[in-house]
Amino acid sequence: MGLPLMMERSSNNNNVELSRVAVSDTHGEDSPYFAGWKAYDENPYDESHNPSGVIQMGLAENQVSFDLLETYLEKKNPEGSMWGSKGAPGFRENALFQDYHGLKTFRQAMASFMEQIRGGKARFDPDRIVLTAGATAANELLTFILADPNDALLVPTPYYPGFDRDLRWRTGVKIVPIHCDSSNHFQITPEALESAYQTARDANIRVRGVLITNPSNPLGATVQKKVLEDLLDFCVRKNIHLVSDEIYSGSVFHASEFTSVAEIVENIDDVSVKERVHIVYSLSKDLGLPGFRVGTIYSYNDNVVRTARRMSSFTLVSSQTQHMLASMLSDEEFTEKYIRINRERLRRRYDTIVEGLKKAGIECLKGNAGLFCWMNLGFLLEKKTKDGELQLWDVILKELKLNISPGSSCHCSEVGWFRVCFANMSENTLEIALKRIHEFMDRRRRF
Amino acid sequence: MRLIVPLRGVIQGRGGLFVGSLIPCCLFYFLQLYLKRRRPPPSDPTELPRTSSRTNLFSRGNSIGRVRVSSRAVPVAKPSDSPYYIGLERVKTDPYDRIKNTDGIIQLGLAESTLCFDLLQRWMSENLMESMMQSDDGEFNISSIAMYKPFEGLLELRVAFADFMSRIMGGNVSFDPSNMVITAGGTPAIEVLAFCLADHGNAFLIPTPYYPGFDRDIKFRTGVELIPVHCRSSDNFTVTVSALEQALNQARKRGSKVSGILFSNPSNPVGNILPRETLQDILRFAQEKNIHVISDEIFAGSVYGDKEFVSMAEIAGLGEVDKSRVHIIYGLSKDLSIPGFRAGVIYSFHEDVVNAAKKLMRFSSVPVPVQRILISLLSDVRFIEEYMTAHRQRIRDKHIRFVEGLKQLGIPCAESGGGLYCWVDMSSLLTSYSEKGELDLFEKLLTVAKINATPGTACYCIEPGWFRCCFTALADEDIPVIMERIRQLRESSRS
Repeated sequence: MGLPLMMERSSNNNNVELSRVAVSDTHGEDSPYFAGWKAYDENPYDESHNPSGVIQMGLAENQVSFDLLETYLEKKNPEGSMWGSKGAPGFRENALFQDYHGLKTFRQAMASFMEQIRGGKARFDPDRIVLTAGATAANELLTFILADPNDALLVPTPYYPGFDRDLRWRTGVKIVPIHCDSSNHFQITPEALESAYQTARDANIRVRGVLITNPSNPLGATVQKKVLEDLLDFCVRKNIHLVSDEIYSGSVFHASEFTSVAEIVENIDDVSVKERVHIVYSLSKDLGLPGFRVGTIYSYNDNVVRTARRMSSFTLVSSQTQHMLASMLSDEEFTEKYIRINRERLRRRYDTIVEGLKKAGIECLKGNAGLFCWMNLGFLLEKKTKDGELQLWDVILKELKLNISPGSSCHCSEVGWFRVCFANMSENTLEIALKRIHEFMDRRRRF
Repeated sequence: MRLIVPLRGVIQGRGGLFVGSLIPCCLFYFLQLYLKRRRPPPSDPTELPRTSSRTNLFSRGNSIGRVRVSSRAVPVAKPSDSPYYIGLERVKTDPYDRIKNTDGIIQLGLAESTLCFDLLQRWMSENLMESMMQSDDGEFNISSIAMYKPFEGLLELRVAFADFMSRIMGGNVSFDPSNMVITAGGTPAIEVLAFCLADHGNAFLIPTPYYPGFDRDIKFRTGVELIPVHCRSSDNFTVTVSALEQALNQARKRGSKVSGILFSNPSNPVGNILPRETLQDILRFAQEKNIHVISDEIFAGSVYGDKEFVSMAEIAGLGEVDKSRVHIIYGLSKDLSIPGFRAGVIYSFHEDVVNAAKKLMRFSSVPVPVQRILISLLSDVRFIEEYMTAHRQRIRDKHIRFVEGLKQLGIPCAESGGGLYCWVDMSSLLTSYSEKGELDLFEKLLTVAKINATPGTACYCIEPGWFRCCFTALADEDIPVIMERIRQLRESSRS
């Protein structure tokens, strides 16, 4: 972020100037993370029409449980779920409703869904739910509210490449990384936290909060309870905020292995501790509905809830969407079944890919959640540098026609790690991808 | 708002010496506070940043301080002191209902139309499920609406919008779908444009009176200022180049950098249609000063008068000036009466702006199922023709009734030809011809007559006594009720 001072801000002669935001490259779309997507767009794999095309393993999308959604939507009265319980006359409310409080029934449904995912170990108050058009918007909104331009959020590495854009682009806020490494499975340590905080202070940057993803993207692993407690403690001592992006919380393979920061806060009465905690959630991953643009900020801080609500005018969830999903999400019989089956299918996919990689001589980080695995190809690198990693990534893209995400785009401090998504394709396609990897590894062993 | 209101008084020579000396002192104090906050904290060994030390005095004893939000968040949560929002809130406490609450407050403060709901409802009940769920092979396939799609909107939607906009704007202008970005409503459209065209601290010139929502839409997060360019009833509140010139020069003297001009056409709150010559003048002025032009045309389809609506896109297309400085905002909340769906448009002739806006749509995009409904709706040419004809006719009829009702009370309205409201001159009801008088009347209308109308002050109108009254959510029977209440208010204030 930030431009060299002399950069032209108007693209043609004589012409009208654009803002710094418009010309900055903080959108990050020139990075390998996105370059791979372009390669896929140009030559997408298709089982029948293009079997030698690029297989997209760089997009964390969940398609394994679509059938469950389809069955539900077909079975229930479609008119009813469209309009809400009032039937066609509900159109009037639908058409006019643009209240940033959001539909009460929908917020209640979201609260109940979030409780179910956490096995009832935490309660959610529908009045603390603020709706946004996706978790992307939720993270940006929270950043606007918690930090001023040139302040910083501490974010553990490796992290989701989109954060560089979502947290920094329009907000002017910086990210200071909390370095994690494989020696302890990339868990956050108190020393790493202190070190990150000190780095910011030394640069005269004011730290406003810590933002974690739990379960982690790209690691595909849950954050341990002890680590969460340490994090909250750290945030209290430094008097800063704690944001927990729990967008993959419903994609933990075994429910018992996930601890939400909500559970930690549940047992705390002290408002001055609670009110620094904020949770981000969305239906894009767990429910496989990224196209619906439904995200939420859940905050224990009244002021943040009030402020976020007002700012959500820039990113409201369509009333249509709220109506459609309210009845589905409050159908506890459906959601219980969906969550359970979805977890199971993801676990089986994960086992398939990890086993398949192991047979090819490739190890992955031990994961227990999410739509991807964190694969270690460090041993294949000619040069143990970021360039070496990008070279390997390029080979995998061009020769194996697999788009995977290099660790450097996730700011990983160790080279050679790659994120591989497995839930956005059929089982057959996954087998093909594994076969390509096997063949590649075989070829390499012969030399 | 509180600073601006007395400041206007000073400018108009009504403030007096007291206010004239108080304001500079307050400004100086705020300047100091602003500068202090902008200074980076020194690296000091205590864990609490120094600026929060005052608020954390109590915490020195125990180690937990109250965590703070950013300074830009602070004004957002404050209850608004604008009559625009105050009025809207009050109606919620006691809304009028023809049957169940005949003494309630009648809402004239929200520019929404329900006049053609019958047509929309019919279309929705016949087409909604099909348009949303169907995929190419005719089977219901959730992946067609569930998966990620380009945030700037499906190509088919942009094509449908381009066609729709061309139709409703008179067919003399055509829109290129590749210059278009679909947003989750007009609100994010204007904010994204502000982010792209101006830096924090820069300003847009904006003719007054203007839509009160712009204060939030533009200032909340972008930090872009709005500099009012005052228009007068003698010009029917149409902006002049000399007023623009004067405002720009004053801004420059203050050290403010003006990035563009923002205006609405049909205008909100006045409802007048800007003549072709005025649009050309504005564009030439922008060319001369090398700034942007943003034309908010969200009411373009709600034109009911005799004047022809001309889009700035048409003027830009004439080739006299560099059109990359022209940007248009549109949306379906007003013309198609579906604000809840959240569908807006940024249309720009500047390729880099379109590219930046596309990327920014990740924060405000339209859900895919809704896009599919809209594609179907906007491409149903027969229905759109039927709808737009009825929409215009019904607004016209309602407008005539409303204005006639006011006329019989001796209350005139500004000349208007578009929008969902009229701009009413209630100066004859003012106890004093001043801002205070106007705000008193606003309060009396709200509490005694139980009518919420938006006072000109909220819209930065320089002449007191004007009120915006939205009439497109009213049934014909409501109009005599409103007129009677106004009449009674006037009687009681005379006595």
